[in-house]
Amino acid sequence: MSGNKKAFYFLLIPVLLWLVLLIIVPHIDLFISSFKVDGDSSSVFSLENYTIFFKEKIYWFTFLNTVIYAIGITLLAFVVTFPVAFYLTKVVDKKYASFLTLMLLIPLWVGELVTIYGWVIILGDHGVINESLIWLGIIDKPITLLYTNFSMSIGLLYMSMLFMTIPVMTTLESLDDSLIEAASDLGASKFTIFRRIIIPHAMPGIINGGIIVFMLVIGDYVAPNILGGKSNLWFTEQIYNQFLSTFNWNQGAAFGFLLLVISSAVIWMALKLSGQKLEKVGS
Amino acid sequence: MSSVLEVKDLNKNFGDFKALQDINLNVKEGEFVSVLGPSGCGKTTLLRVIAGFIEESSGSISIQKSPMKGISPENRPVNIVFQSLALFPMMNVFENVAFGLRRQGLKKDEISKRVIEMLNRVGLNGYEKKKINELSGGQKQRVAIARSLVMKPKILLLDEPLSALDRKLREYMKVELKELQREVGTTFIYITHDQSEALVMSDRVAVMNRGKIEQLDTPVNLYTHPNTAFVAGFVGENNRFELSGSDSYSITTKNGWKLNMPDLDFAPNVMFMRPEAFILEPTDDLKDINKFQATIKVVLFDGANTKMSVVVESGDEILISLPQNAKFQNLKSGDTVNIGIAYHNIKCYEG
Repeated sequence: MSGNKKAFYFLLIPVLLWLVLLIIVPHIDLFISSFKVDGDSSSVFSLENYTIFFKEKIYWFTFLNTVIYAIGITLLAFVVTFPVAFYLTKVVDKKYASFLTLMLLIPLWVGELVTIYGWVIILGDHGVINESLIWLGIIDKPITLLYTNFSMSIGLLYMSMLFMTIPVMTTLESLDDSLIEAASDLGASKFTIFRRIIIPHAMPGIINGGIIVFMLVIGDYVAPNILGGKSNLWFTEQIYNQFLSTFNWNQGAAFGFLLLVISSAVIWMALKLSGQKLEKVGS
Repeated sequence: MSSVLEVKDLNKNFGDFKALQDINLNVKEGEFVSVLGPSGCGKTTLLRVIAGFIEESSGSISIQKSPMKGISPENRPVNIVFQSLALFPMMNVFENVAFGLRRQGLKKDEISKRVIEMLNRVGLNGYEKKKINELSGGQKQRVAIARSLVMKPKILLLDEPLSALDRKLREYMKVELKELQREVGTTFIYITHDQSEALVMSDRVAVMNRGKIEQLDTPVNLYTHPNTAFVAGFVGENNRFELSGSDSYSITTKNGWKLNMPDLDFAPNVMFMRPEAFILEPTDDLKDINKFQATIKVVLFDGANTKMSVVVESGDEILISLPQNAKFQNLKSGDTVNIGIAYHNIKCYEG
């Protein structure tokens, strides 16, 4: 073994320790316990933790609800942030671009919990929006914005959309402006240029951002818990309850694995549908 | 032949900077016109104004008699071959060439027929399914040209399309581009900073400097009768001397080298002599020439382009073409040679 190789393996140790001790081992442990049910004296092997998920409507309904909302919020994150990313990379003067990008990042400095409470203040019955609307005479009494699907979605969107903006900006930056000019020169309308040139070019960034946003949203606990209402249960809350309210770790582990399976499946489908490769998106 | 492009008194300012000043340019149908100039002379700006990507500050552009003011790039009957080629990497060769035709909403068979025909014409038959990143530099070049030509533009604008190629391929593409233009008969306006490209390919060349067209002429006239000192210095190789004085029958360089120059009706301050205009060992019967002695400093052998650098008595240095025949093959540094230059081969300019 040459010196270089030794150094390589030496430097690999922290990464391997991290992967094995903090990710692989706990997952194997959870996977095993998800097939166990506590018996009288010792735990026994059983599929019950999984079958109960399909039997109880509240479980799979929450699950479905979470997946649909997470996909919706991911699409919304794209719709909201793409114009911003395009503006920052292709329209605005380069002098201001980095300053404006920094402005975008500022909310990340505060932390999720604080920004989510910020939304409580904004959306509450006596929050900024309701008070302004009453003051303007548009409404008489406060409208319920907080503790709804709407407020939950806003919170989830807000805390995740930057992770869509940055990868999309990176791909747009690498788009040669002359491609846009060439398409225009060949008679393409603005919409055609957007659909045939800009979107295909930015696709790796969009999928990359989409994966991050989807994972963040589907696995988030804070926003659904604080901004969501009683009626819209987020699946992470079910997992939380199993672990910390009913202390049924085996059940919680099974739910955790179901979430892992569905998010992997959605990401795989997104890659298939967009014709992207994971290696390309990841780089 | 009728004129296809008329540019009249065109000006373009970027703030205080005058990128284009009083440009007048008439291009006839089927002509190959080059716009030649150093970087920053405004040639690319001119092309972009013609294509409609930049709006002119004043003046007018007409294509086939119809004014282009306010018409967007996609609606002008011109197409560009970009310097970066700007091929669409997300599409294959066929889709790249078909892109413009699809925008016109033509029938599938018609598009397919025209694309295949054009790919054949540029020598890329069988490359339809190839991806752009699988092509060589020269092949990309042809796709870019095919993509524009398939639109049957009234004028094809080419923005230094050969600059990314290596020397040998560039020499080859020069000839091929010229032949292609003759075959299809489309008017070409070719932007370049490479005088050899401009001289070899063009019917006429517009030499630009600092936003102005200095001279618009055939390559031969540009070379033999440059109108301005800039053209004399920029087009072809030249020996340039600043002058310290002149009278009606002679000029004197800054170093004090005096040459006869009868019938001067102005006071020049710069003078040019082409390397190949000098006559080695001039015979006595030659008239209207300057004769002088010089010492060879160095012989720069380069086959048919062999030159030598000689020094005259005043210390002025001249580059002289050295014909590769038996008579002059034995010249070496340190030798003294007799040299002549005809009056009409000395080009004098003010400024």
